[in-house]
Amino acid sequence: MSGMHDFTLASARDALKARKISAVELTNAHLDAIERLDGRLNSFITRTPDQARVAAKAADDILAKGEGGALTGIPLGIKDLFCTNGVRTTAASKILGNFVPPYESTVTSNLLRDGAVFLGKLNLDEFAMGSANLNSAFGPVENPWKRNGSDAKLVPGGSSGGSAAAVAAGLVLGATGTDTGGSIRQPAAFTGIAGIKPTYGRCSRFGTIAFASSLDQAGPMARNLQDCAILLESMAGFDERDSTSVNTPVPNYEAALTRGVKGLRVGIPKEYHAPGMPAEIEALWQQGINWLKAAGAEVVEVSLPHTKYGLPTYYIAALAEASSNLARYDGVRFGERVKGDSLDALYEATRAAGFGEEVKRRILIGTHVLSSGYYDAYYLRAQKVRTLIQRDFLNAFEKVDFLLTPTAPSSAFAQDEKPTDPVQMYLNDIFTVPASMAGVPALSVPAGLDAQGVPLGLQLIGKFFDEETLIAAGHVIEQAASFTHRPAIHAGVSA
Amino acid sequence: MSLDAKTVTRIARLARIGLEPGEVDSLGKDMGSIIDWVEQLNEVDVTDVPPMIGTGLATPRLREDRVTDGNRRDDVLSNAPDREGPFYTVPKVVE
Repeated sequence: MSGMHDFTLASARDALKARKISAVELTNAHLDAIERLDGRLNSFITRTPDQARVAAKAADDILAKGEGGALTGIPLGIKDLFCTNGVRTTAASKILGNFVPPYESTVTSNLLRDGAVFLGKLNLDEFAMGSANLNSAFGPVENPWKRNGSDAKLVPGGSSGGSAAAVAAGLVLGATGTDTGGSIRQPAAFTGIAGIKPTYGRCSRFGTIAFASSLDQAGPMARNLQDCAILLESMAGFDERDSTSVNTPVPNYEAALTRGVKGLRVGIPKEYHAPGMPAEIEALWQQGINWLKAAGAEVVEVSLPHTKYGLPTYYIAALAEASSNLARYDGVRFGERVKGDSLDALYEATRAAGFGEEVKRRILIGTHVLSSGYYDAYYLRAQKVRTLIQRDFLNAFEKVDFLLTPTAPSSAFAQDEKPTDPVQMYLNDIFTVPASMAGVPALSVPAGLDAQGVPLGLQLIGKFFDEETLIAAGHVIEQAASFTHRPAIHAGVSA
Repeated sequence: MSLDAKTVTRIARLARIGLEPGEVDSLGKDMGSIIDWVEQLNEVDVTDVPPMIGTGLATPRLREDRVTDGNRRDDVLSNAPDREGPFYTVPKVVE
């Protein structure tokens, strides 16, 4: 059965279509791997093996007729932030511990329309707030990678840490993630997989539990960019039910994979040389530049002068939006309720018991920056700085076709190395946040291992709705890096 | 600078999050350090810069004014933590 764990999403799709394997055996092999490994990794909050087997059987019937969509019979995991009809959806929060949505998010409906088989709901930081998947009411996720000669538990990054760990360990062929300030790209880098944060408005937000609505964007996570391209094509598209959804055609992303970068101009933002960044990340970045140059791209230094203000701007804008979005969890219409003598007492007791420490901290800061007397000083000013950050990118894209940067300022750290100062923790997203603020697309590809044997990623940032160029350039890096390493904990490795 | 207990309590009240007395000090310290850190935005000259409200990529659109969904009372109520028939229950609000 070990061959079942050597497939990529694309090669499994081809094998299914050619009837070399059945959807039932593919799904069973993945369910078996989850059974074996996920007690330890904790990447799933809810497993749905029975539904998965029924869906796989149905996929085989369709494939037998020579029919089927782009994902017929492909086992996927869904970040537990996407509402799934009849399947518990928790956002990794106690306050939604028993929430069973009576409807399906647009992104997951699109995947189901194309024949995907869902194996369950994946762990995350509570309400997608975190960079290490240590803030889950359902426990932390373990990164399947290990440092050389060490059994220390590393974090998978966050907030899509369950998605990243499940893909890296071979428990699923692909997963959905969401990215508000780096929550797809940073965990992808920490676990040696690929992940795309599309242009804001590319994937519908309908049915995705909101953190910061002007930033939240769904995207694919998988072992390589071809797999991500296949998933993105299914997930993306206009949706009337999301007022920020953009009505522009979805291209054939997979076809962009082999376009190359000949004649394209790649920008290297000088402000991304962060002080204190490990030399091996600087070296990998330079290696990436050399790979693109060798493939025919012209390298141009560019300046994004407001880069250093990205994170503080993000923490005002995102937390303000979060404090408003999370006001709905009041114990009245859904979720956990803690009784109180008055309505206010009920709200306060419910929210005190239902939210974790980081979520409370973020709601309180968001409330503070929006409160009377502080709105102009914090929130309005941050919105203006956000305009400047977006202009930086638009100006750079006058001169270049895309940008290359590291994805994160470090590799995965150990669970017990978590910084105690929240600001230190926020610095993980220093390279990913600015693209989120601007709304432009970005992706992360695995590009190498650090001296301790843990993956490092490179980030590509592109023009609005030009995911195709990023996929093409990312594939150049993938091929040059020939990243075929596997983590210590993997479905294909007998323990 | 730490936020004082009075400020933290006022914000928590606005956010309707009940705090234990023991939480106020540590939250004040964490929130204070985050607020100090975001103060660096005061260095940026934002004269004549408009605030960015979303990314501006989607054009606002109109649609026909008709019912597109509805008659799903039981679905809507299915997650109610406490209900009486077709109603959500809450503690008495009006005396």
